[in-house]
Amino acid sequence: MTDQLPATIDETITLLDQGNYVSDRSLATALHLALTLRRPLFLEGEAGVGKTEIAKVLSETLGRRLVRLQCYEGLDAASAVYEWNYSLQMIEIRLSEAVGDRDRNALESDLFSEKFLIKRPLLQALEPSIDGPAVLLIDELDRTDEPFEAYLLEVLSEFQITIPELGTIKADEPPIVIITSNRTREIHDALKRRCFYYWIDYPDAERELEILKLKAPSAPETLSAQVVAFVQKLREMDLFKQPGVAETIDWAHALTQLDCMTLDPDTINNTLGTLLKYQDDIEKIRGSEASRLLADIKNEMLLAEGA
Amino acid sequence: MTPVDRDGGRIATNIMHFARVLRAAGLPIGPGKVIDAIHALEQTGLGRRDDFYWTLHAVFVNRRDQRELFDQAFHVFWRNPQILERMMSMVLPTAQLGEGEAPESDISPRIAEALTAGATPQDDVKTRETEEVEFDATLTFSQDEVLREMDFEKMTTSEIEAAKSAMRRMRLPIMEVPTRRFRADKTGARADMRATLRTALRSGGDIIPMRWRRRRQRKPPIVVLCDISGSMERYARMLLHFLHAITNDRDRVHTFLFGTRLTNVTRYLRNKDIDVALEQVTDAVVDWSGGTRIGQCLHDFNHDWSRRVLTQGAVVILITDGLDREGGEGLPKEMDRLHRSSRRLIWLNPLLRYDQFEPKSQGIRAILPHVDDFRPVHNLESLAQLTHILSDMSTGGDPALKRWQEMAA
Repeated sequence: MTDQLPATIDETITLLDQGNYVSDRSLATALHLALTLRRPLFLEGEAGVGKTEIAKVLSETLGRRLVRLQCYEGLDAASAVYEWNYSLQMIEIRLSEAVGDRDRNALESDLFSEKFLIKRPLLQALEPSIDGPAVLLIDELDRTDEPFEAYLLEVLSEFQITIPELGTIKADEPPIVIITSNRTREIHDALKRRCFYYWIDYPDAERELEILKLKAPSAPETLSAQVVAFVQKLREMDLFKQPGVAETIDWAHALTQLDCMTLDPDTINNTLGTLLKYQDDIEKIRGSEASRLLADIKNEMLLAEGA
Repeated sequence: MTPVDRDGGRIATNIMHFARVLRAAGLPIGPGKVIDAIHALEQTGLGRRDDFYWTLHAVFVNRRDQRELFDQAFHVFWRNPQILERMMSMVLPTAQLGEGEAPESDISPRIAEALTAGATPQDDVKTRETEEVEFDATLTFSQDEVLREMDFEKMTTSEIEAAKSAMRRMRLPIMEVPTRRFRADKTGARADMRATLRTALRSGGDIIPMRWRRRRQRKPPIVVLCDISGSMERYARMLLHFLHAITNDRDRVHTFLFGTRLTNVTRYLRNKDIDVALEQVTDAVVDWSGGTRIGQCLHDFNHDWSRRVLTQGAVVILITDGLDREGGEGLPKEMDRLHRSSRRLIWLNPLLRYDQFEPKSQGIRAILPHVDDFRPVHNLESLAQLTHILSDMSTGGDPALKRWQEMAA
């Protein structure tokens, strides 16, 4: 396990490589800055391009705890930050009543002490740990609403949380924060301003093949090449949802399971559901369009071999 | 390696100049960002050009659509170390040609303008003209009453002005939906344990008075799709005033205009000044009073926007007469998708004002099965009624709509 943060961009690339994450140098630059300057990294991109994966890889390779906060509409402090354990508090009140020896102030400070605090992801991420500060993944921030975004501002700029009954809790060392967004709505500038920003694009064919070799090593080489070429062609088409890298990997796995050595039109039609997730898109591609794309790919590959 | 040379290096100054260029090109960059960029460069060093590029990118860019501007500005700005001279030469078009490199030929006008530190005076004259038109709009009560019943199409110019100003005062108290958040409420249905325990402590824990809370309510987002083709033009221009009023009254209102193509005018309508807003809308929309391609426009909306604006249970208001140049081609499928992705789909059709209206055109028949409400929108009264429809949460079971749908089937 590496505990040290990478000192240069090249080391950041190596770090990601260790976690089987194929990255651009540009992404490594943004990540390196986020790590060394201790600012959140804001990742945007289509679904399935590996935004969430970065946080997982970081926690793995750096040997840090991964704290994940999945966002949804109406996410509130009680489920994101902390909550008091009411039933325990009630019991405490009853107990003190039964014993009858405690004064009011003592009871109050007892009841609202850390013993009764249920820590939710944001608070957990600020806790010190022997392995070093945690990796905090705030996933799909665009799903939550503006009030929560505003709340995050304080947490992310000061790395502190104020609990009225208890006081302010501040992290000794700020956690590594990765924020992801599918961009279903625009996140406010005030929040983005505090982060380093990176837009993750679909990878090009070469890089996607590299990813496939790492993530689906059991797939035959010709198959992988054809899968990548097919997916790349699909991304050029006018589809409601283009397949992401995650779908490419799933598809390669599925085809390997089916003992495919090369792509053929029937298999494509039968397995298209792993690649395209909207009925309209599947209808558009299934059948003649799939055959046409496949023929194109085969031709191109022959040409490439000849040359 | 320290990029910020403490004894007279220029890189910090140059970054500042670069930031100014980006700011002038419309990127929201403050002095804080410049300091951030210098700190960031201390980390990554100046060894490689691509590292330098991506470091500045990570600091200065924070939206996807800013990438192009950044890219162009970067290449123009950092190619030549003599930046000031470079900026001077940008002013002279001949100097540009002399270099003859690829990126330069298609520099976006915003970057070019930013580099030349834009001294072009804006034309205020035009705005002033439109301002003067608006003054006779004061209404007496009785006038208001008459106007409410009058069809927009039959209004005289002065009546239109009066109606516009009435519309500007209209609000849309649309239904509220429960959120997952709570607020304290004496008559609430759920126990507020936190507040309960805190009050209990005040009395030393002997008595525990219950405190209650209930779900917070919030207005759902509204998405308006308004037809601006020839047959709808008169209504659309009037309705823009109404749309402007509701956009400024509440958050999360998105407005799209369509004729032969779809235009998002939300940003313009947010402008507080109605005249400025309308002028910007008119500039942005190229297909005023042309034909209609409802199917294609809805397809564009579904494809490009629905996932961005139809989140969080949006209510969609579709304003069109349903007369489609392409005979409803592809319309059923797109309407179906639109209906499925919205909380409620309300169709406002000015043609409905005629008593003998029959849903005969293909476009209308394609749209009708997929809407939750079907209402007229041709005078102030119908707009006011809209308020009641929208504040009523109950869906389905509207007998009038059922009748229309049966006629169309």
